[in-house]
Amino acid sequence: MIAVLVEVEDGRAALVSQEALTFARGLAGDGDSVEAVVVAAPGTDLSAVVGDCAAYGVARVHVADSAELSSYAAAAWAGVLDTAAGDASVILAGGSNRGSEILAHLATRRDLPMAANAVSARVDGSTTTLQRQVVGGAVIETMTLAASPAILTLAGHAVEPVPADAPGAAEVVTTSPAIAADDLRARVVSVTPRAGGDGASLTRAKIVVGAGRGAGGPDGFGGVDALAAKLGGVVGVSRVVTSLGWRPHHEQVGQTGNRINPDLYVPCGISGAIQHWAGCSSSKTIIAINTDAEAPMVTKAAYAIVGDMHEVIPAILAELDKR
Amino acid sequence: MTNVLVCIKRVPEATGEVSLTADGRGIDGTHSGYTTSPNEECAVELAVQAADGGQATVLTLGPGDAIDQLRSALAVGMTDGIHIEADSDAYGPGDVAREIAAAVRAREAGGTAYDLILLGNDAADTGDFQVGVRLAYALGQPVVTGIQNVSVAGGVATLTGEGPDGTETYEVSLPAVVTILEGGVEPRYPSVMGRMKAKKAPVEVLAPSAAPAGSGRESLTVPPPPPNQVQVLGTGPAAAPAFVSTLVELGVIR
Ligand SMILES: Cc1cc2nc3c(=O)[nH]c(=O)nc-3n(C[C@H](O)[C@H](O)[C@H](O)COP(=O)(O)OP(=O)(O)OC[C@H]3O[C@@H](n4cnc5c(N)ncnc54)[C@H](O)[C@@H]3O)c2cc1C
Ligand SMILES: Nc1ncnc2c1ncn2[C@@H]1O[C@H](COP(=O)(O)O)[C@@H](O)[C@H]1O
Repeated sequence: MIAVLVEVEDGRAALVSQEALTFARGLAGDGDSVEAVVVAAPGTDLSAVVGDCAAYGVARVHVADSAELSSYAAAAWAGVLDTAAGDASVILAGGSNRGSEILAHLATRRDLPMAANAVSARVDGSTTTLQRQVVGGAVIETMTLAASPAILTLAGHAVEPVPADAPGAAEVVTTSPAIAADDLRARVVSVTPRAGGDGASLTRAKIVVGAGRGAGGPDGFGGVDALAAKLGGVVGVSRVVTSLGWRPHHEQVGQTGNRINPDLYVPCGISGAIQHWAGCSSSKTIIAINTDAEAPMVTKAAYAIVGDMHEVIPAILAELDKR
Repeated sequence: MTNVLVCIKRVPEATGEVSLTADGRGIDGTHSGYTTSPNEECAVELAVQAADGGQATVLTLGPGDAIDQLRSALAVGMTDGIHIEADSDAYGPGDVAREIAAAVRAREAGGTAYDLILLGNDAADTGDFQVGVRLAYALGQPVVTGIQNVSVAGGVATLTGEGPDGTETYEVSLPAVVTILEGGVEPRYPSVMGRMKAKKAPVEVLAPSAAPAGSGRESLTVPPPPPNQVQVLGTGPAAAPAFVSTLVELGVIR
């Protein structure tokens, strides 16, 4: 059995979890089933999540429902996953911060190794050989987990989420596990709406207009803001821009920022360092605007305009206005 | 006053192409240089703020040259260092957590107990996402990951970070382990005075307490860059019409 931690986002199985369920199906051998583990606050309507799990070929959904789970506590969630996963041969989660955190707890509690950011894996009895992203995805590591179960998180956007060909109905098993007091020492005591913006809108955006050091200063973003607004997109920036305080950190794209996967990314004045590329390489189409025709962002892009963003963007805005 | 320990890792600072060592098992930083992760620089900043006159120790497990990274942290206000001299590539995340725990216990035996231990959320090179959690269990302490702001008062740390539904707050009794993500604070630059102090700050050198189990790494590969197939739409403002017609072709606008 392969156990997958399924996170809930807006009442549905989160995208990272859909990716993990797709990956789990690929790992499952003959007669192997995929089971999902969902932890949620008591009273949460999980019918759509169960439906999503069924669509992805999950045979059984373990739903934990204890009063102590009303707010997030990684250790408590890991305890629930530990029990529900039982003697699974693989325990998997999407590579979100939560998925990684919960699996790190689980691996530690079971005294087993864990591999983060896997992109492929082959399970062979009690040895799993896998490839995973390191250095933000610029390097691929081949490693062995000489332990069973294999505990892994899946790198974000490493697989396209694909529902099962012939999904069945998923059996729902509800449990009310006892939660140890120690597992509640670190728990969320309050959640407040984000002050001034949100990286989540960037990670979901279909169109992102990027800006880097080429913006020139805090006043150099008028063009990118206008272009993003005109195209119905969101602005994303490089780390130089956030470190210099030109724009807030939640707009950062990259290894220590947001991972985007828009249909269109228009990086302006961004060189395309590997740590930035780590956050934008899943973009379907990139049109770079840069003064340097040899910048990595240009050579890796599908299309480019070689020129000063402060001249090119106003011309694009004028051209769009003509339509 | 709070005693704070921060754990940082020396990592290659490649921004362009990554080079591998001759045996293909490590990343070669001889040309790119070395640094610590932005997450860990923020952890150092938060530690300096939280220590408030207490001891602020920076620790690394790494080769002799990792003294550079310890000195950088000492230059911005950390008070002393612990250098566990070892080849960090040979140490898996479980090994590193065990070694940090051993150093913490040794300090405790010597009369210094850390109230707060800060780490990065994930190392910039291996990105294992687990040293902090493993360390917390080894020490029997609570742990919170992915935190951007820390404040300490009356034996309790108030921690905030971004969760799926908004900004989350934790209140955790000390001692505790917390892992940090970039974004809540801006690391300060070292002053000239700071650099002078760093040269004289005490750094305790320790040998590892046990042989490493390793990380399970077999090999590394650098995926070849995608072939340069860029279609240049033009140069300067004159390229604007080509940009717009490309958007139409892509179906972004009609
Ligand atoms: C561990 C680690 C993590 C990191 N995480 C991130 C991360 O999450 N995100 C991130 O972005 N970076 C990250 N970095 C930093 C990264 O290595 C680069 O330093 C950074 O991405 C560079 O930003 P930039 O492209 O804006 O600036 P630069 O590299 O300085 O590039 C500026 C570009 O703008 C072009 N330009 C200049 N003027 C103009 C103009 N007028 N019009 C058009 N083009 C112009 C130049 O030709 C150049 O290509 C990280 C680094 C490390 C070590
Ligand atoms: N060799 C090391 N020395 C000191 N701290 C380390 C070392 N390796 C990892 N860490 C710390 O643990 C964090 C998480 O690392 P990892 O679990 O390997 O992704 C890093 O951000 C560092 O703060």
